[in-house]
Amino acid sequence: MMEFFYKILGLPEVASTHGHKVDEFIVYIHWLMIALFFGWLVYFVYTLYKFNARRTKKANYFGVRNHFSTYIELAVVGFETILLLFLAVPLWGEVVGKLPKESDSTVIQVVAQQFAWNARYGGPDGKFGAQDMEFVNNDNLFGIDPADTAGKDDVQVLNEIHVPVDKPVLCYVSSKDVIHSFRVREMRATQDAIPGMRIPLWFVPNKTGTFQIFCAQLCGGGHAQMAGGRLVVESQEDFKRWQASKSGATLNFE
Amino acid sequence: MASSNAATHSHAHDHAHAHDDHHAPTGFWTNYIFSTDHKVVGIQYGVTALFFMLFGFGLMMMMRWQIAHPGEALPVLGPLLEKLLGSNMAGKGIISPDLYNSFGAMHGTIMVFLAIVPLATGAFGNYLVPIQIGAIDMAFPKLNMASFQLYFWGGVVMFTSFFVPGGAAQAGWTSYPPLANAIPTDGQTYWLIGMVFLISSSLLGSANIIATIIQLRAPGMTWMRMPFFVWSQFVAAFLLLLAFPPLEAAGVMQLMDKVFGTSFFLPTGLAVGGDLANISGGGSPLLWQHLFWFLAHPEVYVLILPALGIISEIIACNTRKPLWGYKTLVYSALMLGFISFIVWAHHMYMTGMSTKIATFFQTTTMIISIPSVIILTCLLLSLWGGSIRFNTPMLFATAFLPMFAIGGLTGLPLGFNYSDIHLHDTYYVIGHFHYVVAPGTIFALFAGIYFWFPKVTGRHMNEFWGKVHFWGSLVFMNVIFMPMFSQGMGGMLRRMSDGGINYLLRPELLYMNKVILYGAIGLALAQIPFIINFFQSISGGKKVTSDNPWEATTLDWQTPTPPGHGNFDRPMEVFRGPYEYSVPGHQTDFTPQNEKPKA
Repeated sequence: MMEFFYKILGLPEVASTHGHKVDEFIVYIHWLMIALFFGWLVYFVYTLYKFNARRTKKANYFGVRNHFSTYIELAVVGFETILLLFLAVPLWGEVVGKLPKESDSTVIQVVAQQFAWNARYGGPDGKFGAQDMEFVNNDNLFGIDPADTAGKDDVQVLNEIHVPVDKPVLCYVSSKDVIHSFRVREMRATQDAIPGMRIPLWFVPNKTGTFQIFCAQLCGGGHAQMAGGRLVVESQEDFKRWQASKSGATLNFE
Repeated sequence: MASSNAATHSHAHDHAHAHDDHHAPTGFWTNYIFSTDHKVVGIQYGVTALFFMLFGFGLMMMMRWQIAHPGEALPVLGPLLEKLLGSNMAGKGIISPDLYNSFGAMHGTIMVFLAIVPLATGAFGNYLVPIQIGAIDMAFPKLNMASFQLYFWGGVVMFTSFFVPGGAAQAGWTSYPPLANAIPTDGQTYWLIGMVFLISSSLLGSANIIATIIQLRAPGMTWMRMPFFVWSQFVAAFLLLLAFPPLEAAGVMQLMDKVFGTSFFLPTGLAVGGDLANISGGGSPLLWQHLFWFLAHPEVYVLILPALGIISEIIACNTRKPLWGYKTLVYSALMLGFISFIVWAHHMYMTGMSTKIATFFQTTTMIISIPSVIILTCLLLSLWGGSIRFNTPMLFATAFLPMFAIGGLTGLPLGFNYSDIHLHDTYYVIGHFHYVVAPGTIFALFAGIYFWFPKVTGRHMNEFWGKVHFWGSLVFMNVIFMPMFSQGMGGMLRRMSDGGINYLLRPELLYMNKVILYGAIGLALAQIPFIINFFQSISGGKKVTSDNPWEATTLDWQTPTPPGHGNFDRPMEVFRGPYEYSVPGHQTDFTPQNEKPKA
């Protein structure tokens, strides 16, 4: 049943656990919109026909004298209240409030730049090397402390972000230059990447595959070409193999 | 002059003639350029704004062509652009991404700040508010003149910015820092200076409209006897007056960031290009977004309220019956005005907003949808029981209703943050607000032009060509904007200089860019009859046979045609509400507001 409406609206494939909730919510609102619009439209067309001056020579000073429209408005208010209180607010709370534990998740630091995505993993030990503002420069935009040994096995990549399937992904999204927006359509995940801020974003991918990372905020002349980003969702084993192949590359940033 | 007469208003009219002969301007400059007459200022605003609207439309046509044909040279205009703006902007006649971003930023800026708001408030507000409330001019005629001059020079600054090194502003009409600071063009600075002019102009204009409505109403014109159009201007003027100053301050702050090296909106540690930016840091990019949208959301209601006002006048007159729920309309407009100040951050759901803040803003957003639905319902119910005359203004006014409904309803999934996750910054957003503003507000403005043209010029516009203009515009507006909802649902993002070909998108979504282009060409063709009709009718249209050709009730139709300096040739006194059409027992089907009641 719902699949039918997803198709009608042209919603793209979903590959995360909460994605269908977003789609269902979009469908519910469109039911309200379509019911209201077609209700109005039928009334509107009938009225324009019936009260055309050619058919109705004399206007009626009083017009509509019942309170039917009040009930419709109350129904709209009721429907919106339900959507708001029982769906939108709690669901948003899950998106931004109930972050998964770092120990249970694939933790990735994402730093956007004109016009690509940098991502950094804690490596096999799962620990990030110490970071500080003072170390930030063009070769070290995550500000890694070269002296910290925890950072020796960290993994840093450009544009190709791998994650294991069925495990929460927790991204800390930031930017080094202007505002970008990290968006993976199939994950139903969007988060502005704002310089000076580090904002968490999480989702649980439940399908393997390679997905486009979109930049959803105008970021300069190369905005339309900022299309090289890919989110690769793969099995746990493949991910481990990939991580091992990249490990230790911390200081020769790709 | 007008303000000193306010206290002795009716008395002033007794002397109107002698008085006006004394004060009516005579020279070319005082008559047409630096006029203080509200009608001349209104026409100045109207003509300038229509020019800018055509220009903004032209920018959009070039953009639509380019994204339908990425990487191909723009026919005819391409070489011209290359000559005018240089080969780095339009090399080989292809619109470069930078130029595309310029056109995008300037299309938005021009349409909102130089075309539609000036047309709705500057032109219609200036011309009609005094004559609808029975005043001889605005409260502050000289401020009115200054308002137009500031607007005009603001427009000149914006227009000039296309030709400065690096081209016009490229950071969107929202001018988000740090991008606005990072783009190496002086055009961004020109944009800020132009905005300061335009904002100052709006402030003078809105203060004037508020003072005029409060002070200069004719005797008997109580608040609840004011035409709804006047109410809509009143609320819109308050929005401009209260919401624009924060943006003016923010604009000056961004100018200082740009020119004097401050960091109000720039955080520490920015590295644009290869190097750490040489800035003091410590600012916040989000601060700008809050200040910008604190204006820009009320601005949406500045765009829509005068349109609703115009539509109300035309519907009441052409259904030959009173508006349904006049008081409800007034209270809803006031409620819209108040709530519009506390919904702004729904433009910023994806900036990392916590549940508490997001809940507040989506609740207020749902609350503001209620008066919007009520207003639309009142206007729809007003049609019931009428005897509807389908002349050109009424066609535009009726089409406005379903078009505005689509625009309003598609705002719902954007107003809830959970659905906004998928729709944010997609073409769905573009479709949504263009339905509100293009077949919404612009249709209302067209309706208003056709409706009041006979009052302003003494001649009617041609009905046949008016209908051609209407049907063409209605069909092609929908061909343009309806596919955008599909594109947005499919995940296609806005502001892509190549239409999104680099991203993995379904081919049919990209194909729709071509369909939209054909729609845009059709829409352009549909405007030709309007442009010719408009200019031709000024001198060659059918002459009006009376001062009240539509047999309307409000005071604007009680003036001579066109109204002279001082507006009325006899004192106005108001005895009844604004929409007394088809009153049972009355001999005609309209009862003007100033008709003396039978004793």
